[in-house]
Amino acid sequence: MTTTIIKTTTKILAPLILIFGSYIILHGHLTPGGGFQGGAVFASGLALLIVANKYETVKAMLEKVPLNVFESIGALGFLGMACLGFAGYTFFKNVIANSGFPIFGEKTPVGINPGYLNTGGTLSYMNIFVGMKVLAALTSIVLIFFLIMRRERDEW
Amino acid sequence: MRTSLGLLAFLGFTLFLLAAMISLRPFGEPPHREMDDWFITHAQIEASANNVVTSIVFDYRGFDTLGEATVLFTAVSGVLMVLRRREVKG
Repeated sequence: MTTTIIKTTTKILAPLILIFGSYIILHGHLTPGGGFQGGAVFASGLALLIVANKYETVKAMLEKVPLNVFESIGALGFLGMACLGFAGYTFFKNVIANSGFPIFGEKTPVGINPGYLNTGGTLSYMNIFVGMKVLAALTSIVLIFFLIMRRERDEW
Repeated sequence: MRTSLGLLAFLGFTLFLLAAMISLRPFGEPPHREMDDWFITHAQIEASANNVVTSIVFDYRGFDTLGEATVLFTAVSGVLMVLRRREVKG
């Protein structure tokens, strides 16, 4: 499937899709979207890159990327962020919100506001962890299907 | 015989759907709105998020998201485990 049309389109579109996915993940507490959706968008960009390249290139490039480690870090980080609530409160309590913590810990003005990135507390951390987890999961599924399909086609 | 039966079923189903449509509540007026009002007024104070949907998904109903993440993790582990054997064999 590596025709010139797909290669050229991928060169233009893939960076834009990856940037858009990161934007959706990082702004999950301000705009529509969040970890799951942004991770799916990011994984679709990676899937485009996987489909548009040759078997050897994809295998050499993605063998160095530890996707299963990303997936485990995402799951454990999400659980750890939830367990932070045990510090005096209950499971899933948002302890970082409005606490003055330097990263994602500022106060949110109540009412209509333009949206400040440095707010959200544990929500922002959970968005990032879930986004990492979803993109690793979907990319590894697409990748293993691609590798098996290409190898069997070569064997035919 | 079959055509008339089908026509009868079609008419009955259409009337049922029309009756259901007529008896719908007006848009934006749910029967119980205490919880919605609580979320809308308290999301910025308690969860510090402009996006109320994210504050519900990751804070108020975090267990739901935890279950979703577990489902995705299990699905990916299953796919990789099933397809790995063929990778080794070849």
